[in-house]
Parts: sequence; structure tokens; C-alpha cells
Amino acid sequence: MKSEGINFALVGVGGQGTILASDVLAELGLRLGYDVKKAEVHGMSQRGGSVTSHLRWGPRVFSPIIPRGEADVLIAFEKLEAARFIDILKPGGLALVNDYAIEPLSVQTTGVPYPGDEMLHERLAQVTQHAYWVKGIEIAEALGNSRAANVVLLGALSALLDLDESQWDAVLEQRVPAKHLELNRRAFRAGREAVATAV
Amino acid sequence: MKRLLSGNEAVARAAWEAGVKVGSGYPGTPSTEILEAFAPYPGVYAEWAPNEKVGLDVAVGAAYAGRRAFAAMKHVGLNVASDALFAAAMTGAEAGLVIISADDPSMHSSQNEQDNRQFAKFARIPCLDPADSQDTHDLTLAAFDLSEQFDTPVLLRMTTRVCHTSSPVELGPQRENLPEPGKYPRNLTKYCMVPANAKKRHPAIETRVAEIAAFAETFAGNRIEWRSSDLGIITGGVAYNYAREVFPEASVLKLGMVYPLPRKLIREFAGRVQKVIVLEELDPFIEDQIRLMGISLYRPENLLPEPPYPVTKEIFPIAGELDPVVVRDSGRQAGLLPGGENGGLALSMAGLPIRPPVLCPGCPHRSSFYVLHKLGVPVNGDIGCYTLGMVQPLDALHTVGCMGASVGVAHGAAVAGDKERHVAVIGDSTFFHSAIPALINVVYNRSNVITIIMDNRVTGMTGHQDNPGTGRTLQQKATRAIEIEPLVRALGFDKVVTVPAYDVAAIEKTLKDWMKSDEPAVLITREECALLPSARNRWLPLEVVSDKCNGCTLCFRVGCPAILKSEQLDPKTNRPLALIDPLLCTGCEICAQVCPRDAILFRNQVQSKQIPQEAA
Repeated sequence: MKSEGINFALVGVGGQGTILASDVLAELGLRLGYDVKKAEVHGMSQRGGSVTSHLRWGPRVFSPIIPRGEADVLIAFEKLEAARFIDILKPGGLALVNDYAIEPLSVQTTGVPYPGDEMLHERLAQVTQHAYWVKGIEIAEALGNSRAANVVLLGALSALLDLDESQWDAVLEQRVPAKHLELNRRAFRAGREAVATAV
Repeated sequence: MKRLLSGNEAVARAAWEAGVKVGSGYPGTPSTEILEAFAPYPGVYAEWAPNEKVGLDVAVGAAYAGRRAFAAMKHVGLNVASDALFAAAMTGAEAGLVIISADDPSMHSSQNEQDNRQFAKFARIPCLDPADSQDTHDLTLAAFDLSEQFDTPVLLRMTTRVCHTSSPVELGPQRENLPEPGKYPRNLTKYCMVPANAKKRHPAIETRVAEIAAFAETFAGNRIEWRSSDLGIITGGVAYNYAREVFPEASVLKLGMVYPLPRKLIREFAGRVQKVIVLEELDPFIEDQIRLMGISLYRPENLLPEPPYPVTKEIFPIAGELDPVVVRDSGRQAGLLPGGENGGLALSMAGLPIRPPVLCPGCPHRSSFYVLHKLGVPVNGDIGCYTLGMVQPLDALHTVGCMGASVGVAHGAAVAGDKERHVAVIGDSTFFHSAIPALINVVYNRSNVITIIMDNRVTGMTGHQDNPGTGRTLQQKATRAIEIEPLVRALGFDKVVTVPAYDVAAIEKTLKDWMKSDEPAVLITREECALLPSARNRWLPLEVVSDKCNGCTLCFRVGCPAILKSEQLDPKTNRPLALIDPLLCTGCEICAQVCPRDAILFRNQVQSKQIPQEAA
């Protein structure tokens, strides 16, 4: 891991738990001794609109916004959003994508179709070859609740970033309500394993 | 101890540490979490007022009574509260009084991007403009001291990026133990602003501004960071971060107080750097004041001899939020930074379907807009989730201006003689906020406006705050819920009908009946927001019977994100059949009511299908 810090961009659709995931990463950064800024934009939609969160770890963080091309990691909870925001990623950076589509209403109203996987992969490939696709919803559903997909992705991220698992667990314990903690722990581990097998 | 706090949480924490007794206001993005975070602290009183003006009057009243108080609102809320602001600017108070305005550059969730620092100058009160959560915490504490030292309300002006960015904050030790205030003041020359008294106060508040300006010279929130003498940047608010990120070598004068300005400090700074520029978001607020001081700011050579009036900002854009890319590009164009490209690739968005905000699946507002679209009438809208009734395919809302405007704007069209029948739509919280006088106007001055109050039992768009209709206070005390029907009847409406919001036929029938007469009327559509916990418990995904669906597309016209086009085509029409996403559908049945072929199962049909399976 780089001592100068890491910029994470998290994107998803309202209702997917994007904000909770960025809260976890922010707490983790603090525990690791970084200065941290976490900026969210949750626009007008409670459910169904684009949600983005910028999270920066560093010795001293000024701008809350990550400039285009300067994110080290893009975590996308929905694959169209991954394609939409891929250019925030540094060329060659790490893209972690939930292999899951939420079709926006505009597909019906404007006639612009939801892009096929090939187009999505090509778009990501314009910026990076380090794109990991994780079936977050399927994995979370198998564990009993599709809503834990965000934590599956965090588990996958933990494997890719090679950060100490115990620190992650302490943050999960802090941020997740007790009654959901066991589910989220299992989701986290499943995410780690999913990437281990993919790599 | 350091804790990660958002700017809004930092205000709440600092207000508690400052011994604040009362916080009031009205929800509005990006300010809402200030009062939500303040309410649980011990020893404080916090409330949602029906609107921002009432909220500020409450804070003023508490401060007159000798208790520290604040009112929090979004930028446009201060327009509503501005009468109270200007009154309090004249009187001052007995204890610290802080008004928190959360501005929204780039309009992430607003109708305009007004720069509320202007209000401070307009009302002759100091304005503090923090850069991050620690700064917010420190300036909030300073605001209460400043307010008391100079007998003035203080404007704490924040922006979306400061409100909604979390960063570490060194917490103060504990709550300040303020002495119990004395008897309520009977000071008529100070608190009764009749002309004779007000005439004496005006020169006093001009003197007050001059005294605060002198104080600003040594105020800890205004500081110079000396680095290179080549470039000096005068900045305030969130823009300080971009100054440091993009111009790491430059000297910086960081203004925590942006009105009134420390003029000596500014002259000292400007005199010791080769080039001086102002970096601020939105209006040239600091910049214009500095130009008036006769200080020459750096001008890029490639500019016109005169800036196009009235835009005096020459380097950085006046519209929209700043970010490091905007600041870097502007700096390059102005010759302040070497040329070069920004990092990364700018990819075109062509070919990607957009994902604008939409009414959520199961939203009880959807049925009314479906009917209004069908009726084809002009609809005057208001501020709230239901603004999204304008979005395709519902496309049933034609004006949106400001809080409470729907009813007055519809009435204006009616009395002007517009041939079409106007419908105003407004939510429950916005009704309480500012529609009541407008409805009185409709009845009293006799127009035929039909108003739909979409009562979803909560203040929705800002994230589920209580309002006078919910029967619960911000501090979670049960209280008497104000009933909308008797209130509307008491205003003088004879035609007042309440229907379940999911009942498409009832809404259509009522509106069609009313269209036949020329009387004003109020329809209340009632169903709790589908995202409330009690509503979530009833979620039940509906199903499409593919044998019955022929791809007629009628259900797509309700504009629900849970209804998708399936890959299966109808053999006759070759059109895609409807498909319901079980992860999104809540089972509101609007689509099932609209389907002419009974191809979408109602809740009871879905349940009766499930029970035998479960039994087996």
C-alpha cells in the first residue's frame, strides 16, 4: 500500500448502500493513521438516482473532490455506473465492479438501450486493464440478503488492497448494527474469497 | 479526541459545546442533518418549525430570552426567513444568535445557486465561511462569542461540499456551562423597532460593522500562510482546499470571516506578493470588496481590457461548484500555472443511458401524475419529491419555482383569464410550510384552482423528517398531529375530498367531476411514503402474467423503475412484454390498476399464489 494515500471513488444507485460502504472506508482510513475526507452527493433521489461518494486517504487531504483521472480505485455497485464514471480512475487504476444491472427508467423513455457487457468492458478497458467483476448480488443473496452486496464488494476490495483483515472487522463492528453484523461478516469473507478465486 | 464528522455534524457538536439551548429550522438539502445531529444532545431543545421564517423567529426569541440559539436552513430557506433576519440584525439579542445557511453551488438539490454571503452584507452582520469540518467546528464556536461580543446575529454560511464532507474533528472537552440568564428584557428602545427606535439603531449597526471589521484584523479565523511571494491567493470557504491542492507553492490568506473584511490584513498580504488573486466559489463577493479597496488584482494578459459588466470575476467561473479540475484549468488559462493536460481521459457519455432522479418504486405520488398526464391540464408544481412528476413519461408538471408557489401561481393564471383549468400540486410538509395563505387567497378572491395535497405522511425528499402532520417532534416526542382536512375546510373550501393515493380511479373520478364546475377544491391523496419502515414491511413484489400481457406499453406510462421491458416479445405485436423487477417492486398496484388486460397480478392474487406453494 502506498504511504502517500489512496483516492477511492464509490458509485452506485440510490438504495444500494454506497454511502455505508464509504463510511466504512473512511473509518478504516482514520484507523490506519491517515487524514480522511469523504464527500457524498446524494441528489434528489432516495432510490433510483446516481449516487457518488469520494473518499480520500492521505497525509493531509485538501480537496474533498477527486479530480478526473486521479482516483486509485473505483468501486461500482452497478455496472452502468462503473462505465459512466470510469474516467475518474487513474489510467491503470483498480476498478471493482458489481456485476449487476439496474436499468434506469430512461431506457424506456429515451430509447437509449442499456449497454451490453461487451460495450461496458470496452469502456473500462479504455482506462484500465485492472477491472474485477464480482457477482455481489448473487453472493449476498446466497447468504440470505441481497442488501449485503455492498459489503461483499468491500471484502473483495480488502483482498485486492492487501489490508489487514482485523482492522476491517473492527470497523464493520463499529458501523453495522449488531443484528446485521454476522451477515455482513459472512458477506465480507465471501467477497474476499470471490476475488481470490478470480485472481 | 478526534472523530470523523460531516460539516453538519460538526455544527451540531460545536453548538452543543457552546452551550446552545435552542435550535430550530426547516429541513432542506444540504442543511438537514444539522438539526438532526443536534437534537439528541443532552440539555438542548431542537425542533422542526413549519418554515424557516418561524424557525428563525424562534431562535431570535430564545436569544432575546438570554439563551444561545441557532436556526439552520438551506440557502433558499433564508429568503423565507429574511424578514426575521433583517429584524434581528437591527435589534441584536441578549445571547449568541447564529443563522446557518447551507448554500448549494452546482444545485445538486436546489432551484438556484444564490450566494448567501450577500445576505450578511445586506443585513450588516458578520459572515463566517468554513472550509472543512474542523473549521466548521471552530468557526461555530467563534460565531456565538462574536454574536455576544458585538450584539449581532452571525451568519454561518456553509456549502454542500462542507456540509456533506466528513473529515476528522478534534472535539472540544464538553458543554460550556453558561450562567442562568436574568429576567426577560423590557428594553423597548432596543427590541421594539418602531420608526423612532429603528432610526437610532441604523447608525448603531453601521458602527457595529466597522467595529467587527477592526476585530477581524486579529480574528484567529483569518490567517496568512506565507509560502512563495510570487502568487498570493485570498480565499474563503471550501475554495481554500482547492487553493492548497492546485497551488501548493502559493501564499494564502484564508478568510474565515468573509464579511466584514480585515482591510489592513488584506493590504499587508497584497503588498508582499507579486501577484494577488481571489479564489472563491460563486459570486465575486470578496473580490468586489477588494477591488473597491483599490487593490489591483492580477489580470491575465489575454483578457479584454474591461471585463463584461457586471461579471468582475475574471479568472474563475461565477457559475457552478469549483473543484480541482476547474481551478487548475482556470489557473492555466490565466497563465498562473504551466500548460498541460489534466490527468486521465475524458470519455464521452454518448451511448450511455442517463440515470436522472425519478419517483421511487411504490411512490404514492405516481398515481396523481399519471391521471394529470391523462387529463392534459396545466399543473403548477412545488418543491419536494413530487417535483419529479415533471420527468418523462409522467410529464405532468409545468412550473416549479419555490416553496409554496404552486397554489399562488395557479391562482395567478386563473385570475389572469387563462382558458385552461389549473391544478396545483403540493406535499404535506410544503402545505404546512407556506401554502395556507395561498389557499386562503384562492378561496377569498374566488378562483377555480384545484389543489392536490399529496400527503405522504412525512417530509420525503430531505430524508424523512417529521412535520406538523406526523404527530411526532424532532426530539421524538408524541404530539398532536395537525389534520389537513379540517384545516382546509376552515380556510373556506367547500369541496375537500380525501382519497387513498394509490387509488387511480378515485383520483381520476374526483378530478373529472370537479372540472365540470368552476369552484375551487382541494383533493388530499393520502398514503405513507413507500420508504418509511412501516411501509417497507408491506412490500410485496407483483408479477406479470406473460400469457396475458401483449406489450401494449400502458404500464410503462406510470413511469415506475420496477417495470422493465422483458426480452420476450408478443408474437402478434412484436413488442416487448412487461417484466417486474422483484427487488424494486413494492406492490403499490398502480400498474395493475392501469393494465387493461389484467396481466399484472394484484397483491391478493400474488399472495394466494404463494400460500399454497408455501403450504406444499
